[in-house]
Amino acid sequence: MPAVSLMSNPSAPTVRPSSAKELFFAFNALALQGFGGVLAVAQRVLCEQRRWLTKEEFVEILAVGQVLPGPNVCNVALMVGDRFFGLRGALAALAGMMTVPLVIVLLVAAVYAQYAMHPAVAGALKGMGAVAAGLIVGTGFKLAAALRVSPMGLPACAAVCACAFAAVALLRWPLLWVLVALGCVSCFYAWRRLRPRALPTAETR
Amino acid sequence: MTPAPLDWLALFAHFLVLSLLSIGGAITVLPDMHRVLVGQMGLISDQQFNAAIAIAQASPGPNVLFVAVMGYQAAGLVGAAIMMIAIMLPSSTLTLIAARWGQARREWRGIQAFKAGMAPIVIALFVATGWILSVETPGWRHLLLTAVAALLIWRTRVHLLVLIAAGGVLGAMGWI
Repeated sequence: MPAVSLMSNPSAPTVRPSSAKELFFAFNALALQGFGGVLAVAQRVLCEQRRWLTKEEFVEILAVGQVLPGPNVCNVALMVGDRFFGLRGALAALAGMMTVPLVIVLLVAAVYAQYAMHPAVAGALKGMGAVAAGLIVGTGFKLAAALRVSPMGLPACAAVCACAFAAVALLRWPLLWVLVALGCVSCFYAWRRLRPRALPTAETR
Repeated sequence: MTPAPLDWLALFAHFLVLSLLSIGGAITVLPDMHRVLVGQMGLISDQQFNAAIAIAQASPGPNVLFVAVMGYQAAGLVGAAIMMIAIMLPSSTLTLIAARWGQARREWRGIQAFKAGMAPIVIALFVATGWILSVETPGWRHLLLTAVAALLIWRTRVHLLVLIAAGGVLGAMGWI
């Protein structure tokens, strides 16, 4: 259908989770796969495996989670759960993500001291850390596909991406100031590009 | 050293405030946690503080669990529970309220501008985070492993745990 392809949403259509219980177990499973950060796994499970969110929705939810205080992945869990099943869903998703990892991390803390110095253990942690960093970078590249439908247009998006990367990764500016300063500029530009709804001009790209 | 009940109350209150300040995650208020837990109250040692972060990063799940490890080091399971509740409750409440507010007004131009404007920043932060994590450790093999993992995640559907396990095995064999 050409009408659909004109919309050109790069992500597949989404489905709803069947119950808060399903949310709990999905978030439990994704948390247990997330070594050195859960966001990369969350994107894969929520957008690709379960298809509960499109890439664009994931980025939107993450943007809110990013500017609000609190751990980003926990905020994402709360918002995804809330969207489908209200407060019950939010608590189910958060509990699913926290409960088993909490038990594991406390167990690891209890035995850590004895093995911290073992070279194989230290090496394994280093190797897992290197891969975890790669997972995060790769997820960023994957999510960049969501920018194709941005009302800002690709060149502006690329410029904002480059500035954000330079400020955080190269200049090591505090995240808070980058979010506030660059966020204001970028959101203002997007606001200018978004036509008021009342006007009939349908030029969106 | 187990703190007195009044100290717990002060600590609980302090972490409630830190929760609201932790924009970008609990990691951003780490310096202040160090000031209070290690310096001011002397609940845990410097070494324990660093180990808590390393343990949480090496374990599955959200990195904020390092707060539970610190509470556990200070006063066992009760300490872990008190500090986790304090760091999660205010930010979670605020997130739910803000998300509902935004969702109810998602047609507003301002809300749409916010989503569109923040998207490229959020995406760049992924790459920046991975960059920071990988350049902290010296050595080119480490960087190569990170680059290969990034490429595989981006372009293939290989299972994440397979990649993590491969990294662990390579590291344990001393390749990195």
